[in-house]
Amino acid sequence: MSEKNEKDWPLWEVFYQPNNGKPYEHAGSLHAADAENALQNARDAYARRNEGIGIWVVPSNQITASTPEDMGPFFDPASDKPYRHPQFYSVPRAVKKRS
Amino acid sequence: METQQQLDNFQARIDAGEKIEPKDWMPDRYRQQIIRMGSQHAHSEIVGMLPEGNWIGRAPSLKRKLVLLAKVQDEAGHGLYLYSAIETLGVSRADLIDQYLYGSAKYSSIFNYPTLSYADVCVIGWLVDGAAIVNQTKLAQSSYGPYSRANIRICREESFHKKQGYEMVAKLASGTPAQRKMVQDAVNRFWWPTLMMFGPSDSDSPNSAELIKWKVKLNTNDELRQHFIDRTVMEAEAVNITLPDPDLKFNQETGHWDYGDIPWDEFWDVVQGNGVMNRERMKARREAHENGAWVRKAAQAYARKKKLSREQAS
Repeated sequence: MSEKNEKDWPLWEVFYQPNNGKPYEHAGSLHAADAENALQNARDAYARRNEGIGIWVVPSNQITASTPEDMGPFFDPASDKPYRHPQFYSVPRAVKKRS
Repeated sequence: METQQQLDNFQARIDAGEKIEPKDWMPDRYRQQIIRMGSQHAHSEIVGMLPEGNWIGRAPSLKRKLVLLAKVQDEAGHGLYLYSAIETLGVSRADLIDQYLYGSAKYSSIFNYPTLSYADVCVIGWLVDGAAIVNQTKLAQSSYGPYSRANIRICREESFHKKQGYEMVAKLASGTPAQRKMVQDAVNRFWWPTLMMFGPSDSDSPNSAELIKWKVKLNTNDELRQHFIDRTVMEAEAVNITLPDPDLKFNQETGHWDYGDIPWDEFWDVVQGNGVMNRERMKARREAHENGAWVRKAAQAYARKKKLSREQAS
């Protein structure tokens, strides 16, 4: 008997914090009936070897992402502001040597 | 419609070593190839639980039982990583599973061989997982981002699979005459099917050229097979195991081990569904899936009920 008409459980994105003080990283995704179920599945699927000390699960359809097509224009404002980087500034030679 | 310009741009990205992400433009054929290859890989991980699962209840000690349980659980996890990666291409998990259980999707033919003794479990760890590592280490560099990342995750876990197998092979090979015989027998049965895991010879592999052009795969089947053989010959010698190929000989010129003819007729026969265990494996997978249907439904109903009572409370 095929279950073709039966829908998958909703999809969730899994993030984990590898260590104390570290930012959360994307691990992958999984299907689960609800948030609690997703959290348990995330532990079993993505943290069998102490990969993380914390897990977030987020419904995949709640994520808003930039698209590859507007990658250029979208990030454009950042590319002509070299003065945001420390290399833009000159430092007296004597000071430079010390660092 | 795909324009030549789009195809050229895509190839340029591949040649520059860039990874392709789910929302990026890609040729339809690329998408299809990743879905075909990746889902086949996922199905193999799932069906791969069966030959070893067969021995969990009869493991020789508690330690070996814990190890085997952890390994089989990992295989399930690997299947899940891969299904998730493939789903980013817009196919649903339910459809992928459907094609596998009721359609024509394939899985690795190695899992259609029976496991007759515990030595088979040991040899599967050593040879079958060893071969899988050779494959997956390369697939970890595959051009499709999610598939590459799934393989990186798999590789991190797979080396324990091989090492526990090799350790047990070494133990049996230095044990009593009966143990020695048992492990040698397992090697004799699994050697050739393991070599077939790399797929047909390059001259008979229609998909290879395209997959390599798009860096879905980085090496040909024969290259990977040779790499595995070169490695395994040394490992066999180290534990006094004989590989069942009288033509196995070191070639001074190439620096590789030459090997005898692989019984490809057997390979194609198993791929067609005529292996010893094909029917049994599919039956077991279908039963597991169908017997689990009520669990999937119950979880959904419970989630709905909880959501409803939350809404009523607020």
